[in-house]
Parts: sequence; C-alpha cells; structure tokens
Amino acid sequence: MAPHAPGPPSTVPLVPPVHARKLTKVPYVELADGRVQGVVSSGSAGERVYVSSVSAGSHALSCATNNNRPCGGLGGAPCKHIRALLDEARRHYGAERVAAYLRLDPDQAPEAALSALSGPVEPGPTGVVFTRFLRYLSYLELPGTTAPLPEMHWFPAGRAL
Amino acid sequence: MLPARLTELLDSAPPGVEEALELTDGLDAVLADGLARPGAQGTAALEDLAAATGSTPLAASVRAAVDAVGSGRPTGPAPAALAGARTALAGAVHDALLEQADTALGRPRDDLPESAASPAGGAGGADPALEGARSWLAELAVAGWRGIDRDLAAGADAALAPLLEDPSRRRLAVLIDGLGAELRAHCPLSGEADPPARRWSDLWARAVLLAQDASPAGPGAPAEEVSGRLLPLGADVHEHPTAFQVQVHAVLEPSGGDPARLVRAAASAPKVDVLTRESLWGLLAGHSVLLGALAGHHALEVAGMPLLHGGDLLWDDERARPGEPADRFAAARLHLEDALAPAVPPLERHPARIAEPVLLEGYAAKKKRSPAPGLDLDLDGTRLPVSLHRLPESSSLDLKAAAASGACIGLMRWDAGTGWSVQPLGVAAKKAPASQTHTADWAMGPTDPKYASALKKTDPLGTLRERAGRLLRK
Repeated sequence: MAPHAPGPPSTVPLVPPVHARKLTKVPYVELADGRVQGVVSSGSAGERVYVSSVSAGSHALSCATNNNRPCGGLGGAPCKHIRALLDEARRHYGAERVAAYLRLDPDQAPEAALSALSGPVEPGPTGVVFTRFLRYLSYLELPGTTAPLPEMHWFPAGRAL
Repeated sequence: MLPARLTELLDSAPPGVEEALELTDGLDAVLADGLARPGAQGTAALEDLAAATGSTPLAASVRAAVDAVGSGRPTGPAPAALAGARTALAGAVHDALLEQADTALGRPRDDLPESAASPAGGAGGADPALEGARSWLAELAVAGWRGIDRDLAAGADAALAPLLEDPSRRRLAVLIDGLGAELRAHCPLSGEADPPARRWSDLWARAVLLAQDASPAGPGAPAEEVSGRLLPLGADVHEHPTAFQVQVHAVLEPSGGDPARLVRAAASAPKVDVLTRESLWGLLAGHSVLLGALAGHHALEVAGMPLLHGGDLLWDDERARPGEPADRFAAARLHLEDALAPAVPPLERHPARIAEPVLLEGYAAKKKRSPAPGLDLDLDGTRLPVSLHRLPESSSLDLKAAAASGACIGLMRWDAGTGWSVQPLGVAAKKAPASQTHTADWAMGPTDPKYASALKKTDPLGTLRERAGRLLRK
C-alpha cells in the first residue's frame, strides 16, 4: 500500500471552475473522451448545427452537421466551426487547460499553440456528442426542489482566489 | 460569541476525535488502493475498523465485510457495511464537535423525537433505480481511487440516468453527479498524484448509504406545520457543475409566542457547468418570495409551512408573504444567543454538515501570507480563520469585503486538518457599519452593474432554454 495522505480538506470542491461566456454561437463545449468537442451553430441556417471536435494527441479534426453531413469547409486546417469551438473552449476553460488537454507543444504559449493547431481530418463522434448535448440541455428541464440537499455541503460555492 | 469561549473551542479538539479520524483514514487508504488489494497495512486498518465497531449494532456486518475483503470477495453487502462503519465514525466526530460548538455558543439544542430517531426506511420493495448507482459505487471501491480509469469515471452517467428523473432521489443524484464530475476531471490519476482520499471517501460512503433500498425516498414526513415571522440571517450557497442550492438560515418567531427557533429553508435547481456567477440566481426564479426577502432585506410571514425534524422548512412560496424590513445584524443580535437549534437527523451527522450561525463583532480582520494566503478574524488575540473557499462568486462578498469588515454573520464550520473556521454570510464594513454585503444580495439579479449588464447581454440561461425547447421537444 502506498503511503497515505488524507488529502486536502474534505469540503474543497475539485472541479476547476469554468467561465461564463456567450452561448449563441457555440452552445456546448466539453473536454471529454479525449477530445475537445462541442456543438456550433450554423452561420447560415438557423436550425442547423455542426458537431465539431479536435482529438487530444493526434489533433485529428472532425466537423459535420448533426445529420452527419460533412462540413464543406474542413481541409487540412480547422474550418470556421472548429475555430469557433476552440475560441469558446478557451473562454470556457482557459487556454492553458485546453492546450494541456490536447497535449499541444508545451514549449509554445497555449494561445499561440491553439491558433497554430492543425491535424488530419477524420470522421468524428457526431452522434455521441450531439446526444451528450441533448443530455446536457435536459438538466434545464428537470424540476428544482425545496427539499434540503445536505450533500451539497461538500460543494460550497466559492471563487478563485 | 465571547472571545474566551472561542479560545476554548479553537484550542482543543474533543476527546476521541483524533482516534476516530485515524480509523477512517485507515479505511480511506484501503479505498484509495481498492478493496481488491488491501495489502498488509490495509488489512490491519480494516481489522481496526472491525474492532472499533465490535460493540455496536454494526459489528456483525462489518466483521463479515472485512472477512469478505480479506478473502478477495469485496462485493455484495461489503461496501455498504464499510460505508456504514465510516458513517458511524463520522457521526460520532460530528456529535462531539457540535456539542463543543453548542457549549461555546451557549446554544440550546432540540432533541430528536423517538419516532424520528430511526427513519422508517423505504417503502419496503427494491427500487430498481438504485441498482445502477450501487453497482457503480461498488466498482469504484473495488478499483480504488488510484485504479479508476476514464471509462469507470464516466460510468456515473449511466448510474444517474434513472435517478435524475425522480425528484425524490435528488440527494443521491446530485451527489453522484458531483463525485462523477471530479473523477472525470482527475482520473486516471497521474503517476505519483495522491487522491483526495478523505473527500472522495466521504462522498462515496454517503452515496452508498443513500443508494440502499432502506434509504427513504424524499425528505420524509414533516414534523409539523409552523406559522410566524421568519427573519433571514443569511444564505449559504452551494454549487457544483450540475447543481445549485441556496440554504437560507433564519430565525422563526412562532406566532403562538413560543421561543424563537433556528431553521433553514433550501431551494435548489439542476444546472449545467456554464451557468455560473451572475447567471445562477435566475435558476431559482420560481421562489421569488424567498429570494425577494433575501435581496430586499425584509422579514417573511409564514403560515402553515412544513418543518422537518432536522430544522428544514419545506419552502413553499404560497405559504409565505413579504413582511417588514429587517436588518440581519439586528435579528442576529436579538436572537442568536437564545434561539433553539434543531436536532440533527441520524444519517446526516457528519462534520461537513456542521453550519452553526454565529454573530461576530469587534474583531480586527487580519490578512496572512503563510502557510497559504488567508484571512483571520482576531478577537482579543484569538484568531478565527475565515473559510475563504466559501465566498460565493455569485455575490459581491469577496476577500476585500471580508477583510474590510468589522462585524460578520457567519456559519461555524469544521474540517479535518484545518479545524474550525467561519464562513461569512454577510459582513458590515468596519468604517461604515451601515454598508453591508451579503451572499444573497444578487438573489433578484446582480447588484454589481458590471455583472448586471453582462447577464443582460449574454443571458446564458435563456439561450440554453430556448435551445432545449427546440431540440428536446422535436
């Protein structure tokens, strides 16, 4: 058994905070399943959305509509949807966290490394990400409660010092 | 609180606390490496746990669990028995600390009626919604915090699916979602990193108990319905990526002339991670009578409001109406010395739940640099640390406001390793006591113009609800 340390005080939450941002262009972004992935509103058609992703390590790029039609703008460089996704990911999590998650060159400044990012085009997990977006939205449809949730004492609302 | 009593509180931990924490630390070390491989030291820690609970009603099940882990069968009833033993120890620590705090505060406390001391338990049958949670929690324990990979961490989502639908299982759902988010953010742990063993074991043990069929759904039957004047003292704000809760601490002056009592009223809502800071309070817009009293600093008249045995009102805006303007510090001065504090329901007893309202005045706020940046309230030479990680971003109560304060309404908190601290709910400026800052000043919208205009411009909640309306009901 490894030497044991009980760790930090048990009521300090351990998920780094995310930042407020405008959601009209990119309603959903996450660092999950080894990718920066999310949903980007179409510039032209109001109903249409694109599901875009960048893989950690390989930096493989994918972008398609939620009906799995590939994005026409995606070549060897990120299309405008992936650009928008990365911009919002940067606002949401901070450039450092995004660059570290994607395993970009640590010798380069995170902002610069993200701007210079390119990679091979590969089919992405469009359906999975879109389903996760719907699941995310469904939280806002769940009713609230006034029954006490004592477990929330482990999750005090705080601020970065 | 009198400085002499505070000194006493800060100087000495109640007898037995250290020994009880050593036992839970031993179990937590086993949970860090996984029940599948306790090793010699872990086996010894589990034997200590069995010995410590040997004269309690848990004796037989803990003994069986320790034997099962020892022989490589750490599933079945073993996780629940270990979680139960850990909860019993944490409960004992809680009781000792709360008694110590009550003594220091001179606070009278209600007894739990016999009928509420042992909760009736679930309706009897197995609830299939709990099965997924139980098996995920058992898998976590078998793998250990060091052995959790990305897929196992992501298993929280599947365990959650049936729970989210059922508001009576909200406690378990927010807990699993909160733990799952932390595991996803940190697992697999990188090489040498130590897991936050005490925290994750706390959350795990609580979840395991809430996932038992015997765990009652919902908050249980109210003890009574109460009427009278409610004077809010302050709001304790809780948040994780998918949940937001405001717990209002208040004094109830019952209409029959009975002595004043300390009560709480909670309101919570599911949320998503990007809703934070200025966009949080909008989630609770359905409780405008309660929130209005917080933002507007007035009392509430309640009539027939259900009250649980643990001192929690089951808030219903329909049973409340706005009352006269009420200064929180005046209410605290008038009542905090004598108001009757509620009993703590058996399964909620844990040091992390201790949140005793307290009024502190006549101190000097002193910033400190070491061992970490912090703030102490110096009361006649006794220094009470301020719990800075509990100053919510959804308010103007920041380090600056706390450091410039001369009076504070707060909650006494305790955490293993750091001991007692105070969590400010509201402060009055030292130089201008009429200038107050409270955690719920933004309850009806940010009072800071910068955040008010940001909220107007981005309206994240409105944007996401509009999306949800279009995409989820196609």
